[in-house]
Amino acid sequence: MASQATLTPGETSPAAPPAAPSTARRGPAGSLLRLFVSRREATIFVVAVAIIVYFAARTSEFYSYANIVTIVQYMAPIAVIGVGEVFLLTLGEIDLSAGQIFLVSPWIVVWLQQAGLPIGWAITVSLLCCLAIGAINGLITVLLNVPSFVTTLGTYFSLLGLVLIVSNDAQADMPGTTGTFGQIFGISSWSEIGWALLIVVALHIVLKRTRFGMHVTATGGNYLGAAEAGIPVRRVKVWSFMILAFGAGFIGLLDSIRIQSLDPASPGTTVMFSAVSAAVIGGTSLLGGRGTIIGATIGAIVLGVLEDGFNLIGVSANEFTLVTGLVILVAMAINVQLSRVGARMRT
Amino acid sequence: MTAIDEAAGTTPVLQTEGITKRFGAVVALRGVDIQLRSGEVLGLVGDNGAGKSTFVKIVCGFQRPDSGRILIDGREVHLHSVKDARAHGIEAVYHDLALVPQLSVYQNLFLNREVTTLGRLGWLSTRKMRAQAQAYLDDIKVSIPNIEAEAETLSGGQRQAIAVARATRQNAKILLLDEPLAAMGAKESALIIDLVKDLAANRGVSILVIDHNYTHLFELCDRVNVFQQGRVTFDRRVEDTSLEELTELMVSEYRRQVMAGHRELGDEVTAP
Repeated sequence: MASQATLTPGETSPAAPPAAPSTARRGPAGSLLRLFVSRREATIFVVAVAIIVYFAARTSEFYSYANIVTIVQYMAPIAVIGVGEVFLLTLGEIDLSAGQIFLVSPWIVVWLQQAGLPIGWAITVSLLCCLAIGAINGLITVLLNVPSFVTTLGTYFSLLGLVLIVSNDAQADMPGTTGTFGQIFGISSWSEIGWALLIVVALHIVLKRTRFGMHVTATGGNYLGAAEAGIPVRRVKVWSFMILAFGAGFIGLLDSIRIQSLDPASPGTTVMFSAVSAAVIGGTSLLGGRGTIIGATIGAIVLGVLEDGFNLIGVSANEFTLVTGLVILVAMAINVQLSRVGARMRT
Repeated sequence: MTAIDEAAGTTPVLQTEGITKRFGAVVALRGVDIQLRSGEVLGLVGDNGAGKSTFVKIVCGFQRPDSGRILIDGREVHLHSVKDARAHGIEAVYHDLALVPQLSVYQNLFLNREVTTLGRLGWLSTRKMRAQAQAYLDDIKVSIPNIEAEAETLSGGQRQAIAVARATRQNAKILLLDEPLAAMGAKESALIIDLVKDLAANRGVSILVIDHNYTHLFELCDRVNVFQQGRVTFDRRVEDTSLEELTELMVSEYRRQVMAGHRELGDEVTAP
């Protein structure tokens, strides 16, 4: 429908090749293709169903109650941090320190308790610290014009070092979290996933249904245009860093309350990379402007099921790591192809 | 036509007097006087470096003049920023810059002017925005098949139309359009020409158009001003001039510059 000559230079959209024919495909195959193009989550959804069916067929243990609890507890932090990363990826940014914030928040609680603060206060202050770390990430990125990749790499190492120094390299127990409070915040089997789902739904609504979410998309999709329209683009970025940091710190608390012990040497990169992977295989573009919370959540399910399923059928963790890598590559390739098809279908 | 004739006696919507601007040793503007009347489409032509872009940047508040006055509705204004200019109803529209490709047509129309409920929570009233967007586009006779479509799926002409629509919906009274028909097919051009004419004639929007393409100018404008060496040297209504006259004007300017260049070169050679 559009004249091809209208593609202007400097355009941010993935431009179709100039002579691309218009491919208005018909029939069931065409509408299926259109579904996959317009709903990026569709691909990862099919993948998720496929691997769940596969593992369920391979071993009956897979859908036992205990195993499902294992899966959801594994995926909860990935989902929460993953949907937080969706905000940043949509803005064209990334936070490499999120996994370390996830680990540092229970340490802060431990230190404050040792200093004599009651648990409630320790947790509150710890969450405020997480917000502050997010604010620092954001402010350095927008005020000093440092790429967030670099900013958060710095924060990552700083936090890792801080934990090693203050903990004196010794493990610690997560203290004083018993009773109903402990049950709600981590100990109950369904507590972590429950909170995770709450956060996921809340952030989905924020991204798709509120002014702030629309400004996130606008800022990531067309930074100059959004700024020209008067959107406070830098504030939008700082808030997004803070949302992710808060989510990561909160789910970190729940996770440590469940596990009850803290290891200063464990790096936060594992959960961070899993979270970014979940976001990316879920269909969020690294180039900004396009993010899907639902996709990231299904991405987290895929990673959780893969890890657990391989465990059950006796494949080692090493092979799991290799498979995760291949899944990411395949998912990315499919997504890039789909956006190319999408660009062609539109012209 | 009649709109201009009626307006001829009245105060111009936008008037500049003796606008000058220099960048170091380079004098960009040497006293620009223009008058833009309500509902008028005024074309600015001129060679590269004649000063039209600098002039437009000053009018939209992006740069400040060294001297001269800008009057809106006869009252002098000082435009310190793009925001200032916008507050006075002046808005530059760049179709390749204005829209967010990943947002839908109606979301782009309401960008940063979203209709929300629940106060600070900023809950988007999607249905209201959709209805208002459709109503407004119908009102200014811009037909977009689907206002839910993402902006990047639109043609260049449609994007331009949406960008213009957003500006006027947000009460812009003076639009600055930079080559609005550039790289557009006939159908696309027609869409923009109709929109510009309709906005000017029926809504009293005044429009400044910069273009290198005279054919486009004759299609779009009521009047043209020619910029030469930082001044407006020619001011005619389109029906009182012709493509040939404008072309001749520019060619003679080009010849004059070449001659001047030779003379300068000659001077340098003879004076060691």
